[in-house]
Amino acid sequence: MLDRLTFPQPWLSLSLFLIWQFLSEGVSGGSVVLGLVLAWAIPQMTQGFWPERPSLLKWWRMPGYLVHVLRDIVVASFDVAALILSARQPRSAFVVYPLELTDPLAITVLAGTISLTPGTVTVDVSDDHKSLLIHALDAETDEEVIHSIRNRYERRLLEMFE
Amino acid sequence: MMHPVAEYAISALLLIGGAFTLVGAIGLARLPDFFSRLHGPTKATTLGVGAIMLSSVIYFSASGEGIGVSEILVTVFLFITAPVSANILAKAAMHIDVPPAEGTRGKPWEQ
Repeated sequence: MLDRLTFPQPWLSLSLFLIWQFLSEGVSGGSVVLGLVLAWAIPQMTQGFWPERPSLLKWWRMPGYLVHVLRDIVVASFDVAALILSARQPRSAFVVYPLELTDPLAITVLAGTISLTPGTVTVDVSDDHKSLLIHALDAETDEEVIHSIRNRYERRLLEMFE
Repeated sequence: MMHPVAEYAISALLLIGGAFTLVGAIGLARLPDFFSRLHGPTKATTLGVGAIMLSSVIYFSASGEGIGVSEILVTVFLFITAPVSANILAKAAMHIDVPPAEGTRGKPWEQ
């Protein structure tokens, strides 16, 4: 029993604990106790889902990446809004995106980024983790979609993770 | 009493947020097939909810009730979970062979 009282992922536990303190109405004895319980229990329960130790090597580049993605979300939201309100039919396409990333966490971040930026949704990851299936709402050519994802996001993630 | 600049910023952000959420809903109704409809609620709303959350952060900061860390956390959680739900919906649609709209280039893969 006692050997389970460990924190297999200290950083995850620490962030969970801090997030819980921010979510509670002020730090109190109760919130600290519950925060500790959550910081212990959630990593224990999700341990099986983490393939191995996360490999974010250059984590200090993350804020820059997030700002970049946020700016893209704002710009692309206007494009999608204009498309929805315009009368023409969208040129939808399924695009197979060949991945250069190999790290599972990096692929997850890329897939999430693609889904968050308006105009593209990640539909599936191939079983061999070599390509993503993307649905683009409005794309003239497949190359255009692949090219923009490669240059805008995957390059940066490659620098961060590998 | 709140600073007028803060009030204008809050009003503008609420209007922007509302407008984008509305456009997302129109997209849900207007777009031709399941896969493109996914884009409406998961995307246009990203910015919509983001703007509304930001206005809430400004409101509570300006009225002196401490900066709204919990609103920022709500936005962060939303940004983490929205792609996951979009992904699962798309995967489920692919699994039960929902047909894409006519004129869609490419097709879902089989594996």
